Amino acid sequence: MDFGQLLTNVLTEMTGPTAIAYALAAIGLNIHFGLTGLINMGQAGFMLLGAYGFAVSTIAGAPLWLAFLVAIGAAVVFALILGLPTLKLRGDYLAIVTIAAAEIVRMVGRSTALTEITGGSEGLTGNSFKSTFQDASPLPDDRWALGPVTLATNASNSWWLRIVGWTLVLLACLFVWRLVRSPWGRVLRGIREDEDAVRALGKNVYSYKLQALVLGGVFGALGGVVFVLASSVQADSLGRPVTFNTWTILLLGGAATVLGPVLGSLLFWGALVFVRGFLRGAVPADVLSVQQVEQIGWVLVGITLILLIVFRPQGILGDKKELAINAR
Amino acid sequence: MRALACLDRTVAARRAGAGLLLLLLVALTTSLVAAPARAAAAPCTPDSGTACLNITVTSPDTGPAAGVTVTVEGGGGEVSATTDATGRASVPVTEAGDYTVTVDESTLPAGTVLRDPAANAATVPVVLGRSAGRIFQVVPPGAEGGDSGPAPGATDGGTSTSPSGGATQTAPADETGESAEANAGPGTNRYAQLVLSGLVFGVLLALASLGANLIYGTTGLSNFAHGELVTLGGMTAFMAVQWWDLPLWLAIVVATLAGAVVGWLLNQLIFAPLRRRGVGITQQMIVTIGLALAGLSLFLFLYGAQPAPIVSGISARIQLGPVQISGQSLLSVGVAVVVLAAVALTLSRTRLGRATRAVSDNPALAAATGIKVESIISGVWVVSAGLASLGGVLLALYLNSTRFNFGSTLLLLMFAAITLGGLGSPLGAVVGAVVIGLVVELSTIVLPSDMRYASALVILILVLLIRPQGILGRAERIG
Amino acid sequence: MPAEQVVDQARRSLHAVARTPGVPKPDPLLVADGVRRSFGGVNAVDVDHLEVQKHVITALIGPNGAGKTTFFNLMTGFDRPDTGSWVFDGTPLGGVAASRVAKAGMVRTFQLTKALARMTVLENMRLGARDQPGENLFTALVKPLWAPREREITDKAMALLERFKLDAKKDDFAGSLSGGQRKLLEMARALMSDPTLVMLDEPMAGVNPALTQSLLGHITDLRDTGTTVLFVEHDMHMVRHISDWVVVMAQGQVVAEGPPGEVMADQAVIDAYLGAHHDTDLGDDALLDEGGVIDAEAEAEAEAEADTEEKKP
Repeated sequence: MDFGQLLTNVLTEMTGPTAIAYALAAIGLNIHFGLTGLINMGQAGFMLLGAYGFAVSTIAGAPLWLAFLVAIGAAVVFALILGLPTLKLRGDYLAIVTIAAAEIVRMVGRSTALTEITGGSEGLTGNSFKSTFQDASPLPDDRWALGPVTLATNASNSWWLRIVGWTLVLLACLFVWRLVRSPWGRVLRGIREDEDAVRALGKNVYSYKLQALVLGGVFGALGGVVFVLASSVQADSLGRPVTFNTWTILLLGGAATVLGPVLGSLLFWGALVFVRGFLRGAVPADVLSVQQVEQIGWVLVGITLILLIVFRPQGILGDKKELAINAR
Repeated sequence: MRALACLDRTVAARRAGAGLLLLLLVALTTSLVAAPARAAAAPCTPDSGTACLNITVTSPDTGPAAGVTVTVEGGGGEVSATTDATGRASVPVTEAGDYTVTVDESTLPAGTVLRDPAANAATVPVVLGRSAGRIFQVVPPGAEGGDSGPAPGATDGGTSTSPSGGATQTAPADETGESAEANAGPGTNRYAQLVLSGLVFGVLLALASLGANLIYGTTGLSNFAHGELVTLGGMTAFMAVQWWDLPLWLAIVVATLAGAVVGWLLNQLIFAPLRRRGVGITQQMIVTIGLALAGLSLFLFLYGAQPAPIVSGISARIQLGPVQISGQSLLSVGVAVVVLAAVALTLSRTRLGRATRAVSDNPALAAATGIKVESIISGVWVVSAGLASLGGVLLALYLNSTRFNFGSTLLLLMFAAITLGGLGSPLGAVVGAVVIGLVVELSTIVLPSDMRYASALVILILVLLIRPQGILGRAERIG
Repeated sequence: MPAEQVVDQARRSLHAVARTPGVPKPDPLLVADGVRRSFGGVNAVDVDHLEVQKHVITALIGPNGAGKTTFFNLMTGFDRPDTGSWVFDGTPLGGVAASRVAKAGMVRTFQLTKALARMTVLENMRLGARDQPGENLFTALVKPLWAPREREITDKAMALLERFKLDAKKDDFAGSLSGGQRKLLEMARALMSDPTLVMLDEPMAGVNPALTQSLLGHITDLRDTGTTVLFVEHDMHMVRHISDWVVVMAQGQVVAEGPPGEVMADQAVIDAYLGAHHDTDLGDDALLDEGGVIDAEAEAEAEAEADTEEKKP
């Protein structure tokens, strides 16, 4: 087995657009769950809406900035539609409504009735909406190597996308860091602990939960845009498993920490690519086919999630002491 | 004291870990036993230089059509292929572009025609490194096009593509799986037929979702792995009938027992230790998500992505006034109604049932009155998973086949049914499920059929807005 | 001290008030009219008229299930009545959301303490403050806009913590405090917003007897510094000891009102309690011995409720 090649693959994937997209989505989910205690089971829905918002508006002729705004706007509207009716209800209703709503978005997106706009289940090919983003790149069209990683400068899975993506992640982390340490973040943490107590102190809990839902959803949408800029918009590629992976990433890194989601995403994709590559190299192809190796990878993800909760519920960066206190 | 607690914790954790390992082992052994019996897997794998064009010929009534010749034209060449036992033909192509797929109508199974002959010679765009697909549906003569099927836009089936080797897991998108009842042949009233199929689907869904509701009632846990328990039932019955040649009734019993055993194991190895350690309900819910993720991929690993029909062949249809129902569906509904009634009686009339309801109501108080809460919960897990498995078999009989993601597609409908009926109220779950069944089937009158599950979820959200406690749930006292 | 005079005058003016349920008070802060709330056909609260005098300590007593907590919930916006209206400090508050009720100056505590467990004691206190511009999402992003106010809030919080003898614990997680300390913290947190009316739901339940005396002291201090107090309590000794006026509820209705000594001798009140505390002379000091028993019951009940709440988050 070629370990050098394997490690290069791991490095490429860890720093790649998928890891960036999931990091952004997990940062959003962290605002929902880690900070406010909202159980959003439909983060993939926010990502998908962001992706559709960006791609459809670009295809319709919108400039890059407007396409980004449309993506963000779609997430804001989605969050309001979900939050306005459900955030007054018991917490588990939000979980059911968000997971249902994300599925509705996916089913409607892939429906034959909307083939004209969303491309139905075949989706929208990358080339139909990537041009404005790639044209905005100051880099020359070329292939550059950095260490062992060689990538195109502008096309699809490119240096340009990585630069923009990691800048977004950095900004998002700074933003969350500032908010967590502000009185606003304090109110959210109070809501996570006991929303009735916070209400009794004169805070409009409903409004804060709505703000958190919208804000986290916007990061989800940005993640969705990065996700599809590397490939294509396809409803089924942003389904329920994506939400579940995002949860795994958040819990792996550590909920309620600023850098947890980013670290979680890096490790998640690094480990997944490593395991797959290792199995492919170590097990002959006639014993396990390529698809089967991939499936084993996903089985391991599920088991990791279970083991995490059992053995290290605070994640890598979380504070064990904080978690040990049973919120009464 | 603290040391003791610590010790207890590690033991519990170790047990949980061992339990997981055991589960995995069991699963892997079954897969090894299963492996030789499986037909050759899809011969075409997309990579950077190839794409796969998967053509499926299938009938909503009789399942996959084998031995049909299809021709693929484009990319400067022409290739012919013949569908296998699963109704699929896979053609590797090495050039991107538009391909024309034509079905040779003379090779269709006897007594069938293409539902939408106009869509023959379909154009399929192909991108390298991906799979592209096209589904052709065949029906008995006289049923093509017409008003008995779903909206014309959906008749040529969906196409599906999935990125290969990339970072995304894509659930193959066969969610339009239609029931036999919804498109019965001539001699039926369409609306009556849809109402009937809605009722049938609702009753089966009620059976499958009842268990999740019991678990929610007694432990407060929303079990996201419930869908995988449903798949487990369908797959066990599929193996029992197709591989081990058991009669159907025995297969149903075996599947139910398999579910019950897995339910017992899940509680014993994972959830009971978690409860003992005082792990919060949200964390437990995330554990069920992990289980669902692992289970789904495991099923895909074991059985592949193709549909697995429990009973091959056509089930005779029985005419009842303006509607038709297949023998299989009638059997399913009969079993479901009997079991639902039995569970309802047990809950309301027996000591055990009263104890279960007491635990649902207030576990601390129930424990104080001498009820063994943990053994009740263990029993609830067994019953819940058994019911899910049984529901899985019956739903698979009704929908004609099962698949690795069969249960997970139904999971949300089950959640919707439970929530609609009022979380934790068993009778409510049945009412909710019937409502969902009717909505799913009747929505096809106005919506394309691939949006029918979505319509049920929309109804769920709407009902929550108007009546948050569900149809039969009680309003809560706050404070 | 003018504050003391005001309190004295308010207490004295109560002497002239008739001892009938729903009697008007000379200087009412909270006036409730026709407030009715039923659960499944049973009237949990059915209050025709009730006035709470400003600047005094009013106790709300009654057997379990009398509707005291539900009445609290209704007044503070945590529950909606079927019918009824009430006016607080001249503002009608019927149908107003809980957070706006608190902003209007009516702040409550809970029977089951709601300390925000995974936040420090000091953070708990800061959360109680009002007018922090940094609680707005956009202002929060620019620290200079809210840092000065944050310093004021912190100073005030530290002063209150000192008064409640919690200052040594300011950096501990609230979840690590004892039950009594949590009660103190919750009370101190409620005071961060300088409320006009503090509503305490069973401030003594589950509190270590050693802390009882200091809690009582804090409550009378509140009154003496100009805050009106309304509290629900089962501990009759405490009611007798610190309250200026007692309102008795049974089966959702106000059945008696008056100064503690008179009310506890009232036959209607004793009848209302029959079944709950049989042959006991209400307010008799002998109850102090039983106080432990009552507390233990309340604690057990509270724990059972907390358990169920945990199960159904």
